[in-house]
Amino acid sequence: MTPTLQVFLLVSAALFSIGLLAALSRRHAIFILIGIEMMLAAANLNFIAFWRFGGEHQPPIGVIIALFSIAIAAAEAAVGLAMVIAVYRHYRTTNVDQFDRLHG
Amino acid sequence: MNGAAFIVIAISTLAAALAAATLRKLMHAALSFAVALVGVAAFFFLLGAEFVGLALVFIYIGAVAVLIVFTILLTRRDTGKDHGFNWAGAIIAVAVFGGLMWAILKTQSLVIVAPHTPALTVKRIGVALMTTYVWPLQCVGLLLTAALIGALILVLEEKQ
Repeated sequence: MTPTLQVFLLVSAALFSIGLLAALSRRHAIFILIGIEMMLAAANLNFIAFWRFGGEHQPPIGVIIALFSIAIAAAEAAVGLAMVIAVYRHYRTTNVDQFDRLHG
Repeated sequence: MNGAAFIVIAISTLAAALAAATLRKLMHAALSFAVALVGVAAFFFLLGAEFVGLALVFIYIGAVAVLIVFTILLTRRDTGKDHGFNWAGAIIAVAVFGGLMWAILKTQSLVIVAPHTPALTVKRIGVALMTTYVWPLQCVGLLLTAALIGALILVLEEKQ
């Protein structure tokens, strides 16, 4: 049995949903960032799978989009974690429910 | 493409991802997240995109996972406490997965096997990045510089 495009997309959908679960249900800021990174990795897996099953392309566009996406995810992680540290200095907590100074 | 390898990688990736999303201890979750990313990189190798798989290992496990571990250590006074779990998020995640699965299983044109294509060499990626995609490449370089300077400024000690 060789895997078809469908099973790759199913695995990617499962990974995306697990990332969404981590981002929505945990109350710790770092867990939310881990969830977002996992969703980005699932999207990259989709790009690579569609490139591999879509036939020959010149240039290999799916691979290049995945490379740019990895670079942007790295920038996002650096800024997000810096924000976690900066907010922790003010509030002495990383629970997102307690960041409520702008609450009306 | 090997079916057995696919099943092993899929099970270990999804198990590690689920552990990262549900484990109570933050440090354990961060390490499971690194294992899940190794699984995604293995998928890239299986699909014939070795360069992207290596880039994923270097950037995500070498940089992002280490950065997450450092942040956990810097905010350690708070990480021991339990922050609770929101079940509404779990319901939304299951609903999204159901919707995606329904759409993927309904689409018959997705049931195809991979065509035989020549191996993707790093030279081809490099030529494409340096000719057609040279402007996006420069923009990503600018974005990374700006993001790293911004991250440094965010964590600088404030003067009282």
